[in-house]
Amino acid sequence: MSATIPLSGLIRHEIRLAWRDLVAMLTAGRPARLRRALIGIAVVAAVMHLPALAMVGKYAALASAPDKTALLVLMASIVMAAALMLSQAIESVTRAFYARADLDLMMSSPVRIADVFSIRLMTIALAVTMMALVVFAPFVDVLVVKGGSRWLAAFGVVIALGLLATAAAIVLTAALFHLFGPKRTRLVAQILAAVIGAAFIIGLQIAGIMSYGTLSRFAVLTSDAAAAAAPDPASLVWWPVRALLGDPAALLSMLAAGLLGLGATMALFSSGIGGAVARASSAATSSRQARPRRGFRPLSRHQALWWKELLLLRRDPWLVSQTLMQLLYLVPPALFLWRSFGDLSGAAVLITPVIVMAAGQLSGGLAWLTISGEDARDLVATAPLASSRVTRAKVEIVLMIIAVVFAPLVIPLALASPSQAVVAALGVALAGASATAIQLWFRVEARRSQFRRRQTASRFATFAEAFSSIGWAATAGLTSAMPAFAAVSAALTVAVLVAAWKLSPAGRS
Amino acid sequence: MRPDLALDVRGLTKRFDRLAVDHLDLAVRKGEFYALLGPNGAGKTTTLRMVAGLLPPDAGSIAVEGRDALRDPVAAKQLMAWVSDEPLIYDKLTPAEYLEFVAALWGRDAREAEASAHALLVALGLQQHRHERCEGFSKGMRQKVALAGALVHDPQLIILDEPLTGLDAVSARHVKALLQERVHAGCTVIMTTHILEVAERMADRIGVIVAGRLVAEGTLAELRSQGGSEASLEDLFVALVADSAEAA
Repeated sequence: MSATIPLSGLIRHEIRLAWRDLVAMLTAGRPARLRRALIGIAVVAAVMHLPALAMVGKYAALASAPDKTALLVLMASIVMAAALMLSQAIESVTRAFYARADLDLMMSSPVRIADVFSIRLMTIALAVTMMALVVFAPFVDVLVVKGGSRWLAAFGVVIALGLLATAAAIVLTAALFHLFGPKRTRLVAQILAAVIGAAFIIGLQIAGIMSYGTLSRFAVLTSDAAAAAAPDPASLVWWPVRALLGDPAALLSMLAAGLLGLGATMALFSSGIGGAVARASSAATSSRQARPRRGFRPLSRHQALWWKELLLLRRDPWLVSQTLMQLLYLVPPALFLWRSFGDLSGAAVLITPVIVMAAGQLSGGLAWLTISGEDARDLVATAPLASSRVTRAKVEIVLMIIAVVFAPLVIPLALASPSQAVVAALGVALAGASATAIQLWFRVEARRSQFRRRQTASRFATFAEAFSSIGWAATAGLTSAMPAFAAVSAALTVAVLVAAWKLSPAGRS
Repeated sequence: MRPDLALDVRGLTKRFDRLAVDHLDLAVRKGEFYALLGPNGAGKTTTLRMVAGLLPPDAGSIAVEGRDALRDPVAAKQLMAWVSDEPLIYDKLTPAEYLEFVAALWGRDAREAEASAHALLVALGLQQHRHERCEGFSKGMRQKVALAGALVHDPQLIILDEPLTGLDAVSARHVKALLQERVHAGCTVIMTTHILEVAERMADRIGVIVAGRLVAEGTLAELRSQGGSEASLEDLFVALVADSAEAA
């Protein structure tokens, strides 16, 4: 305990910073919008009860001692929630290692650094848990209303999972630091977080494809083979499920495990984090040698812009990985495509929307990096070429990358179903162009390292980007089977784009 | 438009929350080293950002080497270079790559640009770091990379906003020598600085801007005669700022 500032003072300081971060995230840096943002969240939360009802409503009346299939489905849901929380916790813990912010002040002050990091880790646990409670609240509400108060225990399970996920994230990040060193840990942790977040769902899909030839993640869980292989319902393995179903002993055990786990991890690791942070910051300020080339090449202005954008993307794997991780979700459709190669007509229709959706999302991230993320904006703005030429070169780079990434998925489609390949290619082009256009309309120049601000800078742009990707994906998916519905979907997507344009700073000026 | 002027600014006006630049007239002759002085918030940077094409003015005209910079910004930018006090460069490029990119943007011949880049990197003490990525560079080193970028395309008008910020004494001397060299070769340099000694020793003419208006202009001797004393530039500057504040 520090002699200069009581622990409660440090806790207040951390909570104030976390609250202000949250407000900045919700209001895109304009605190006057807080009321509107809270109303928006309340509306979204209310609306979310409808899909929650459709997804979990049928489980509300589940007996306290369900059969193996129900146990498997519930356990899978818990593992999926835990994976998502662990993924978020890894990102937050890694950020705590690498963010300078007030660490210079803290580390040069007479405060015990272990206290600072203990509180910071507690704040992360709190944030991870709160976020999970907000996300899962509609599902638990539906279960409580339809199945009774015993389902309130689900909130306890979420809290226990949040604490355990943070503890696991601390251990994992410290291990990565030890294994990979300060320079590479951030990238490795980023990839690990994305893989953990997606791995469980993707794993189930892959198992479903390999065993049953379907993309459904429930195929494996509800199979007789899985039920036969699952442990006995009395096994300790099912304790998290029992806690979820309201068994007090199981719930208390889980909460105790969470508290003990986090406490022990903090006691073991807090004092070592100070050194790790110091090494991370010195790694950030050391230069890397680039391979020297023979001399300056005669490049046109346009070529110079292309070359610069490609070089910057190539040299920032941490930044690019944030966008490319979305491609993980393409693994199951790619596998599906490969496995169904003999009979592609059905598979092609199923995977087309997934490909189109991924193209939209990837384009949005890449477009932000190239169009908004300009580190030397004064240089580019004072260069003797029209800004439209600069923008054109940047957009071309995004579309080129999209073409390179998605061609290997569209070409095999063309071999089996040329018409579906045309639909997929058009969908990819439209989704990519739409996401890029939205980034262009809502462009706010920032440093590339501020990539995370992309989604908070303009809520409207974020939603418009998501809706346009979903819209083009739906259009592509419906084109062969239900062309009339595809036309409606395309019209709605165009309406989203027109609204985005009208409301964007570019459209209003 | 006068042919002897590298920069001819007339009636330049810019308003944010308040009037930042107020019907400013500024004429800088070709081959001149011009220092623009003023207290914080006087409108120096806003003026220069408008000249460099980074900020659109609300009113007024800007001519660079006889070309209308508002009607034909590309032609004006071809002749200019801009360096701000905050060196915005690409962290993931090396100084050599950065200079190659800048030279290509200005359409300079690759072979000539390479020779020029080499000379600049040597002069600024960056030669041994030319293949290191800029991400680990200190602010002073980044400033030198930005300055090399401004000079590699051989501009006729060099605009610098506090270019010596963050430089050590030796680097600052190198930069000053480079700028003097360019002026001797016929370039025009316009520079803002808070280091009055630099303006006193390097500038052919000095302009003092307060509240967006040019309140005094001339050679050091002319300014002294306007002040009616043998005072230092610092004394004159303080007196001018105080007079303008009183008048306001």
